[in-house]
Amino acid sequence: MTTVPEDIRAVCQACGTGCADGDRFCENCGASLQDETPAAASGFTDIRCAACGGDEFDGDGFCTTCGLHVVEKARATVDLGVLAGVTDRGSQHQRNEDAMALQLLAATEGAIVVVCDGVSTSDDADAAARVAADQGAATLSNGLRGGADAGAATHDAVAAAAAAVAKIGVGYREDHSPACTFVSAVVRADAITVGSVGDSRVYWLAAASAPTPSQCLTVDDSWAAQMIGAGVLDRAAAMADPQAHAITAWLGADAGDIEPHVSTFVPEGPGVVLVCTDGLWNYLDEADALAARILPAALQDPAGAAAELADFALAAGGGDNITVALVAFPPNIARNQRSNET
Amino acid sequence: MTAATDFQVEIYQNEYLPAGGREVNAIATVTSSGTAPAVAGDGAGPAAEVIIVDCSGSMDYPRAKMDAAKQATAAAIGTLRDGVAFAVVAGTDRATMVYPPTPQLVPAGPVTKAEATAVVERLAPRGGTAIGRWLTLAHQLFGGRTGLKHTILLTDGRDESEAPAELDWALQQCEGAFVCDCRGVGTDWVVAELRKIAEALLGTVDIVANPADLAADFRAMATAAMGKSVADVALRLWTPRGATIKFVKQVAPDMLDLTGKRVDTGPQTGDYPTGAWGSESRDYHVCVVVEPGNLGDVMLASRASLVRTTGDTTEVLGQGLIRAIWTDDVARSTRISPEVAHYTGQAELATAIQEGLAARRDGDLETATARLGRAVKLANESGNTETAALLAGVVDVVDARTGTVRLKSKVSAEDAMTLDTRSTKTSRVRKQE
Repeated sequence: MTTVPEDIRAVCQACGTGCADGDRFCENCGASLQDETPAAASGFTDIRCAACGGDEFDGDGFCTTCGLHVVEKARATVDLGVLAGVTDRGSQHQRNEDAMALQLLAATEGAIVVVCDGVSTSDDADAAARVAADQGAATLSNGLRGGADAGAATHDAVAAAAAAVAKIGVGYREDHSPACTFVSAVVRADAITVGSVGDSRVYWLAAASAPTPSQCLTVDDSWAAQMIGAGVLDRAAAMADPQAHAITAWLGADAGDIEPHVSTFVPEGPGVVLVCTDGLWNYLDEADALAARILPAALQDPAGAAAELADFALAAGGGDNITVALVAFPPNIARNQRSNET
Repeated sequence: MTAATDFQVEIYQNEYLPAGGREVNAIATVTSSGTAPAVAGDGAGPAAEVIIVDCSGSMDYPRAKMDAAKQATAAAIGTLRDGVAFAVVAGTDRATMVYPPTPQLVPAGPVTKAEATAVVERLAPRGGTAIGRWLTLAHQLFGGRTGLKHTILLTDGRDESEAPAELDWALQQCEGAFVCDCRGVGTDWVVAELRKIAEALLGTVDIVANPADLAADFRAMATAAMGKSVADVALRLWTPRGATIKFVKQVAPDMLDLTGKRVDTGPQTGDYPTGAWGSESRDYHVCVVVEPGNLGDVMLASRASLVRTTGDTTEVLGQGLIRAIWTDDVARSTRISPEVAHYTGQAELATAIQEGLAARRDGDLETATARLGRAVKLANESGNTETAALLAGVVDVVDARTGTVRLKSKVSAEDAMTLDTRSTKTSRVRKQE
């Protein structure tokens, strides 16, 4: 007598007997119920191995010939016209733990950029950056659409992003829960509102004709910034220290109370707003030098200029993930949306 | 029913390599749930057991040896589950059937077990020692059976009644056909000889210096053999094109180099036999040399699977991934996996003991002191207290931390042989939380 499994999901290819989900072998004839050709089930199609040209991959994403892992695409680009962003894995990390979220709202509501950099010493830092960027952008967008003041919306966004990261940080070993930085920019025709936790930055890069000079709009929560701020070390000495980049504030389950830096800046343009992670500014952090590299072209082509800055950081070593987002200022959203419609 | 045994494979390694790095080291911890050993073995045929008792003339000196061997054999027979096919062989300068009288296996049951025990009681020692011929008869008895095939081999002396080539030939024939646990009784046998047999036939080797302990040891061996539920399991390693396996060793519960036992099963896969499994856990050290990747590349350096092949079908019982990632972050690439470090130390410990004892036998006291001192240091560092205790029977330890020792002027043959025999016994790594 045979019993009928309650949950028949698999049918034995050898004898046709229905088998319970999860069974590895047919109860009737003993044949394996598992796919004998894992490559076919791997889900990797239309891909060739970058190292050997092989086209078969196992279920874990490794080339069955040379073993090389099919990595995620090295670079992702978002181009919304006046607003564009590039995030690049860099040349020395196997995954991108940066994340960005870009949104273009109605003309009066502005453009939103949120960039987060996963803390590499934490586990699943990429997940922290992803949820923080998505949640931050969603909260900002809701707030601005509801008529909230940009500063208040930014405070809300940081709090919501912090809560979202803390939520996924349950059950990790001490000091290993997912963590990331947070930086946001709301760019409107009359002002730029920035919020930050950690060492990701926003810069104002002025075109040659602009009265307001190029400058960094955020304050790093880093050891170096603390030393410089306290007057203990000069800038050169602080930045030369091995722990210069150690951040002193972040989003995560172990972050404690978070005091974001939120400020509003009213420049006289034209120019561009640059939002970036330290994968870029490690190689070039002087606002004037950044401006000289991409202006005036960035005014007309933020996407091209973002790619150019990412390429520059890659060429300089690409030691970290690189994320670069640019918004033309003032953001001519109405014109942009019209041109998108045509 | 097919085997219900599941194999968990956990990989411990530092997967980060510096630019241009080629050598990937990993410890694979394989744990078998070994559920419910059935009388019928694993469905591939009933389990089979052959007990080989040395009946050479020397077994009578002292008389207690032969008496103990008889009692031990009776104990092992008593442990056999009903239905297990078995036989008892007497070993001298040839191999003779003790029970049953004709060269075949019979199912264990109240009657056959009583008959076998009665015949064993009448065994009388005479003649020489030709272990290769004993193993050849066991091989014939197992014939083409599948499933669990296990042999207990007891000897008290050197394999002196046949040419060394005869033993080697027999081992070649028997390799992979059955598992053989070897026991040396007294101190007139040769550790290296039994170790060679045990390594070839994937079994254990140990000393039973006191004949009185033999019965308990045989009972434990037979019980362990009866507890195996899956036979003929192999460690299958897939490697990328261009990669080579530098070595594969079982490193716990004892050292066993499997490198030379590879059987190619495909252009990029090879199987290393691991014998039969019950409910147990073993560690393997796999060292793969791969073509270096670019910085940031993630490579599968090896897929380590436990497989069982029955006829034309191969079942994958469990698997783990050994990876390589190239980085220029020196802090990452220079970190040494504590598990890999531990077993590298245990391998060196076994070598240091064997070399130290060999030097001592050869009268090279300086080398003996240096090697055994090194062994004391390694045993101390790795928390291998059993080996440390055995070392203390051979050397006076001045400072275990630095490995400062003095050779004992008087060492019993038993202590030296016990240390030699058990030098391959490793301590389990203390798992990191």
